[in-house]
Amino acid sequence: MKLHQLSVFLENKRGQLSVPLKILACAGIDIRTLSLADTEQFGILRLIVSDWQKAKAALEAEHCVVNVTEVVAIEVPDRPGGLTEVLRVIDDAAVDIEYMYAFTFQSGRAVLIFRFNDPDAAIEQLQKEGIEVVGSREFQESFPD
Amino acid sequence: MIKMGKTAGDSFHPAAALDYLPVERLQALQLKRLQAVVQRAYERVRLTRVRMDERSIRPEDIKSLEDIRRLPFTVKSDLRDTYPFGMFASPMEDVVRLHSSSGTTGKPIVVAYTKDDIEVWSSVMVRSLVACGVGPNDIIQNAYGYGLFTGGLGAHYGAENLGATVIPISGGNTDRQIMVMKDFGVTAICCTPSYFVHLVERACELGEDIRKFPLRVGVFGAEPWSEAMRNHIQEQTGIKAHDIYGLSEIIGPGVGIECQCQNGLHIFEDHFYPEIVDPETGEPCPDGVEGELVLTTLTKMAIPMLRYRTRDITAIETNSCGCGRTLRRIRRISRRSDDMIIIRGVNVFPSQIEAALLAVEGTVPHYLIVLTREKGLDRMEIQVEVTPAVFSDTVGALEKLQSRIKKSVENILGISVGVRLVAPHTIERSMGKARRVIDHRNAGS
Repeated sequence: MKLHQLSVFLENKRGQLSVPLKILACAGIDIRTLSLADTEQFGILRLIVSDWQKAKAALEAEHCVVNVTEVVAIEVPDRPGGLTEVLRVIDDAAVDIEYMYAFTFQSGRAVLIFRFNDPDAAIEQLQKEGIEVVGSREFQESFPD
Repeated sequence: MIKMGKTAGDSFHPAAALDYLPVERLQALQLKRLQAVVQRAYERVRLTRVRMDERSIRPEDIKSLEDIRRLPFTVKSDLRDTYPFGMFASPMEDVVRLHSSSGTTGKPIVVAYTKDDIEVWSSVMVRSLVACGVGPNDIIQNAYGYGLFTGGLGAHYGAENLGATVIPISGGNTDRQIMVMKDFGVTAICCTPSYFVHLVERACELGEDIRKFPLRVGVFGAEPWSEAMRNHIQEQTGIKAHDIYGLSEIIGPGVGIECQCQNGLHIFEDHFYPEIVDPETGEPCPDGVEGELVLTTLTKMAIPMLRYRTRDITAIETNSCGCGRTLRRIRRISRRSDDMIIIRGVNVFPSQIEAALLAVEGTVPHYLIVLTREKGLDRMEIQVEVTPAVFSDTVGALEKLQSRIKKSVENILGISVGVRLVAPHTIERSMGKARRVIDHRNAGS
């Protein structure tokens, strides 16, 4: 039900983003989606990848600091109001969103990645309301290489 | 009666018996040796003779240990000014070895040893290792640099004379150090504390757990380190970390050592007579009061050093030590005048910053202090490496960490500092003495 997201520490300096991405490329890891949080001094690269354990090992072997977080992926129709509906449910569940990012896939499909303070409570409420939570296997199958 | 420190876990070695001399006998020995060394320096070292003559002091005026205060000081620049051999009291035919400083702060200094000096040096290193609980059955990995630096050979001779097994691996090649430590069943290591921290970190990356190695003792010196760093090392590795003190100008490592009580460093004062003086006035400080350590070599032949100003700030402990040694102790040296940074008029020592960083949960002792000047104002930035233990996927958590570090340092220093989180392994690892400060203030910017 939950996906493993990798976060990588980056210094906010030229050329830093390509360091982890090159490591993943060499290790044959596919990036499903990513987002970048930045501050003046540092950034956090968040990634959903094809094989998170292999990716983590490859990054750590090259001295990257990697953190694994459980995030929740939700597929919504790619139309106006699609996200609002999901947010209403989350608000009702009194769960906090630490951050989120989204991407669209093919045409008409949108996936939201949420980092909740309480992912289990969020999932329970979403399912109760009939909203599809994408598990890691479905995620792999829905978005094949 | 001579009380041996058996109860504190020392392994017995005959050389260590001198650590327990009754104070009256020790002082009688010191006076006899002081008189001889002053005589020797007066007769053979021009600089000493000129300075003593200026003060109208003759060697025979030294009638008690207190009379040492009448002697002139020797400072580091005296060795530079007389470079290379001007302070020698022995002809070169009696000198069996030369060592030299790196000369990073100007002209190097050269120090010399006769055969007797090497024997004294070995004996104080034997006594140092014994005080750390190291004995003939130990396998010692000597990761101090071999060469002109006194650390390598000093520890080497001590370990051999103790009858221990010494591995002269020198500094560097960290992966091989870890392999040797594990495969050879190393039980004690000699190196700088910062290099040991690096070794532990690398071992962890290689999937090795030093806790499972037979290693049990570390003899760490050649740079100032904090009590917080000791706790960090001991907790992380399960070894006992001892501070060893020394300086080339006096002899090298083995001037002072922490015993099993780890509560100050015993000075081998039958060879090195300690005084504490006010660094400004040069006047003696009472025991327990902090000041600059001044040492006189009581037995050194090649370069007798009278009242050498070490620039190390410490105090003489007033209470007796639980180990039973009668040798006086100095407080661990956390500050060297040479390392002092003056920032916006405030005196700052890197070891204070180290202690502040280690007080923040989860930070490791890899840090760098960068000084810059912006619009005429000094700025201090502390770069700290991010570790998996403190890294979070949220910006807020990292910013909180940054501000916790900032507050911790500012509380200790009383001045505002900048904190920058940097990627792991971006701060250079030293194989010897760690470089903690980069000063760009006079770079013309």
